[in-house]
This record gives sequence, structure tokens and C-alpha cells, in this order.
Amino acid sequence: MSPFLFWIFALLMLVFGAAVVINRNPVASALSLVVSFLGLAALFMSLDAYFIGIIQVLVYAGAVMVLFLFIIMLLDLRAEEERRINWVASVGGIAVALILLIQILLVIGHFKAARQTFPPLAGSTIDDVRNVGALLFSNYNLPFQIIGVLVLVATIGVVLLSRRDPR
Amino acid sequence: MTYFFITSLLKIVGILFVVILPMVSYSVYAERRVSAFIQDRQGPNRVGPAGLFQPIADMFKLLLKEDFTPRNVNTFYYWLAPCLAVMPAIITIAVVPFGSTLFGVPMVIADINVGILYVFAIASLGVYGIVLAGWASNSKYPFLGGVRSSSQMISYELSLGLAVIPIFLLVGSLRLTSVVRYQIEHGWFIAPFIGDWMNPWKWLLAIPMVLSFVVFAIAIFAETNRLPFDLPEAEQELAGGYNTEYSSMKFALFFLGEYAAMITGSAIMVTLFFGGWHLPLPSWHGGFHWALVDGSAPGWRGVIGGLFNIATFFAKVAVVIFVFMWVRWTLPRFRYDQLMRLGWLFFFEIALVNIFIVAGIIAFLPS
Repeated sequence: MSPFLFWIFALLMLVFGAAVVINRNPVASALSLVVSFLGLAALFMSLDAYFIGIIQVLVYAGAVMVLFLFIIMLLDLRAEEERRINWVASVGGIAVALILLIQILLVIGHFKAARQTFPPLAGSTIDDVRNVGALLFSNYNLPFQIIGVLVLVATIGVVLLSRRDPR
Repeated sequence: MTYFFITSLLKIVGILFVVILPMVSYSVYAERRVSAFIQDRQGPNRVGPAGLFQPIADMFKLLLKEDFTPRNVNTFYYWLAPCLAVMPAIITIAVVPFGSTLFGVPMVIADINVGILYVFAIASLGVYGIVLAGWASNSKYPFLGGVRSSSQMISYELSLGLAVIPIFLLVGSLRLTSVVRYQIEHGWFIAPFIGDWMNPWKWLLAIPMVLSFVVFAIAIFAETNRLPFDLPEAEQELAGGYNTEYSSMKFALFFLGEYAAMITGSAIMVTLFFGGWHLPLPSWHGGFHWALVDGSAPGWRGVIGGLFNIATFFAKVAVVIFVFMWVRWTLPRFRYDQLMRLGWLFFFEIALVNIFIVAGIIAFLPS
């Protein structure tokens, strides 16, 4: 993909990422986060990682954020819009963010691999899903199974907690 | 590179403006004619021969109506929602193979290796339009419609996703062109035994496949908010649902979005279960056999073959759309709790068990 498209999507992601924080309306923030996720998905796809890109849209933009939006709308948060901006907190937050940015830049600057061009990966003809599956079920089989058990426990926990009649 | 760019652009413009958008407006017309036929009425038959120019008249009517924005709505989101409702349905069509090849160009806009996941990802974005419309209207019935719609879509997306897994277990790839290829070689998924009548394994495979098809088809009905699952716009309960506060072209966009979603859903169904663009023709050259017609033949025969495949695909889509309408005008609407029960307690489990059955069959299937 051309650098032109990279800059468009990177800018899109950053602008809407900032909009998540700046917007006072929670619904607007949630929607900005969705656009930011879409930009991120586009960047993944530009690296020929179609699977990760699509899962980004499917899981985060399509499922998690819909639930977020749902809750925000049901709660109807009006108080947030009327709250005044706390300037001390804002300046402090911006300063912390700047320090983090400088740190990251320094670390990347000293990291040798970041300054050389990577050899091109195998073409986009290979099947991402097959590769991801093969890795999950061979190299990372145990962590995968543990996560499966964890999710099962969480599901059972939710069912138990949402029961109406406590025993 | 330039060649790829130009052919892609031609495909996008061709499929969108020549096929999908006219199909959307004529499926509205077809819906009215079919409903009239089922209810023993006449339907729209005044504008043009047999009422065929009715969509044009409808379009002018909707464009020329007053575009009214109620005072207490959240204006920006109120305007954004109709656009979000119509876009996902249209861009989903990008990965559907609607023909074999024409002049050596594959007849699919983007042949990505995660085709079906792309379809689900984009379809899951469709809920934003409806939720935002309900919320931005700042009125109780649209809001109830939006809430209903999002919980319905989230519930049925699960069965939709699980219902197609058996297919990909068999094909071994998420690419939609591979799915069509596989069906050409091994028989359509709705009836895998065709062409291989003596093989008992294929007959055994047909059972989970038909089950998978039934779950998928019903989930598509729920996903596109069609009757018997049109709870988000149940007129008798919600005064129109999420689009109550909308008028003129913005209302029309919701309408178009619904029909576009129906067309895309039918196209996905045709691709996954009915062999896509494939239609075997009987041939008597050198004994009777089923001949495969596609765009690979040299000269004008290839062009005719490619066009024939495209026509086959859209003819199949039209048949599925007809079934959508037939169901709409035959069945009554579900109650809301019944809808949720059906999704979570039946289809989810059926689809899940179905995956294990197919996996078991594949494990013992002599290849």
C-alpha cells in the first residue's frame, strides 16, 4: 500500500483517538472510538494481515462498542456534558502523555531493528486463518486451552451472578 | 497495476449502479406486487406497463417531499444515521463472487482470504445506523425500536456465524471463491449428494448441511429485520420503529438499506449453499454428462459463458429474494421474548452441535 494511504489511516486513527478524550458527549466519544478502530483495522490490512484487521472490526467495532453504546444510551449520561473542564488535571494529563511519548521515541531510537527496512513478508496469497490456527494449536496450545477454561469460568460466573433467586 | 485499478473500478461501478441499486428499487416494486398477488389484490399497476415505472415515481415522490428535521433531535447523528444504515449493506457485496471470469478478469471485486469474516464484520456495523437513529430521534418509540434491533442483531449474529462453520470445515478456506470452486467439484452444499448418488457419506453429510442452511436462513431473516422477525419496526407496537421521526429521502435511505441488506443476504446465501454462479448444463458431446460453463473458453464463447454465469448468479439471488417476500406475507410476527428464546435457546445450540456432527463426519469421511 502506498504511504499516502498509510498517512490517511494513521491520521484518521489519531484524530478520532483524540476525539474520544476531547468530546464531552459520551455517545460521540464511543463513536469516535469506533472510527479509530476502523482506521487501525485498515492499517492492519495494509500489512496484509487481513485476519487481524477483520477481527478488529468484528470484535471491537462490531460487538464490544455496540454494547458500550447501548449502555451509554440507556444510562443517558447528561452530567458529563455539563461538567466544567478542570484545567490543572488537563495540563497534568497532557504532560504525562508527552513524557510517555518522549520515552517511547527514545526507546525506539535506540532499538536497532526499528531503523532497518524489513524484508517483504510472504505474499498476500497465503492463508492467514490457516497460519493463525496452526500456531494456536501447535506452539500455543496450552495457553489457548487455559484461556478457553477461563472464558468458560467467566461465562458460568455471569450466569450464576445474574440468577434472580439467591440460594 | 493500472489495469487492475481500471477493471476494479469498472466492476464496482458496474455491480453497484447497473445491478444492485436497480435491484433494490425493483425489489421494492416486486415486494408490492408479490404481496398483492398473495393477498389477491392488484398492486401498483398504473405507472408504465404493468406498473414497471413505479420505482421511478416512488423515487420522485420521496425526493420531492418536505425534508423535515424535528426540533428536539440531535441533528448531527440524526443526519448520520440513514447513511450508516445504507452503507454496510452495499459494501458487503465487495467480496461476493458474482460470476466466473469475463475477458479473463475474475468477477469479484475483492477476493480476500477472510471473505466470510469480512461479511460478518461489515454486517455487524449495520446496527449503528439503527441504534443511532433511535437514539438521535429523542423520542420513545424510535428508541425502543433501536434497542430491540441491536439486541436482536447481536443475538442472531452468533447463530449466523456458527451456522457457516461446517462449510468452512469442509472447504478448508474462508475465501468465498474457494467455496464456489469446492461446490462445483463436490456438489452444492444444500444437496451434496448430487452427482455422487452412490456415496452414502454424501447423503449423511446432507443432514447437517440442510440443518446449517435452515439456521443460516432464519438468522439472515432476523439479521435483516424482515418478517417474521421485524420487531424493530413493528408498526402496531412502535408506530413505525426507529424511523418514525424520519421523512422524505432520509426515510427512503432506511428503506433502501433494508432492501440492500436483503439482497446482500440472499447473495451470501446463494454463494454459500446454492453453488454461487455455478449452473451445470446437460451436454451430449461424447456421451451424456454435466458440462461446466464458465468464462475460461477462448473467444466469444468465453464472453457468453462469463455473462451466463453472472445471469445465473443474479437469477438465483432473485429466487431467494422471492422466498423472502413469500415468507413475509405468509407468517405472522414473533413476540419479542419468543424471538430471544428462539435465538439463544434453539438456534445457538443447534448450530453448535451441528459443527461437532460435521467435524465427526469429516474425521471418518473417506476422501
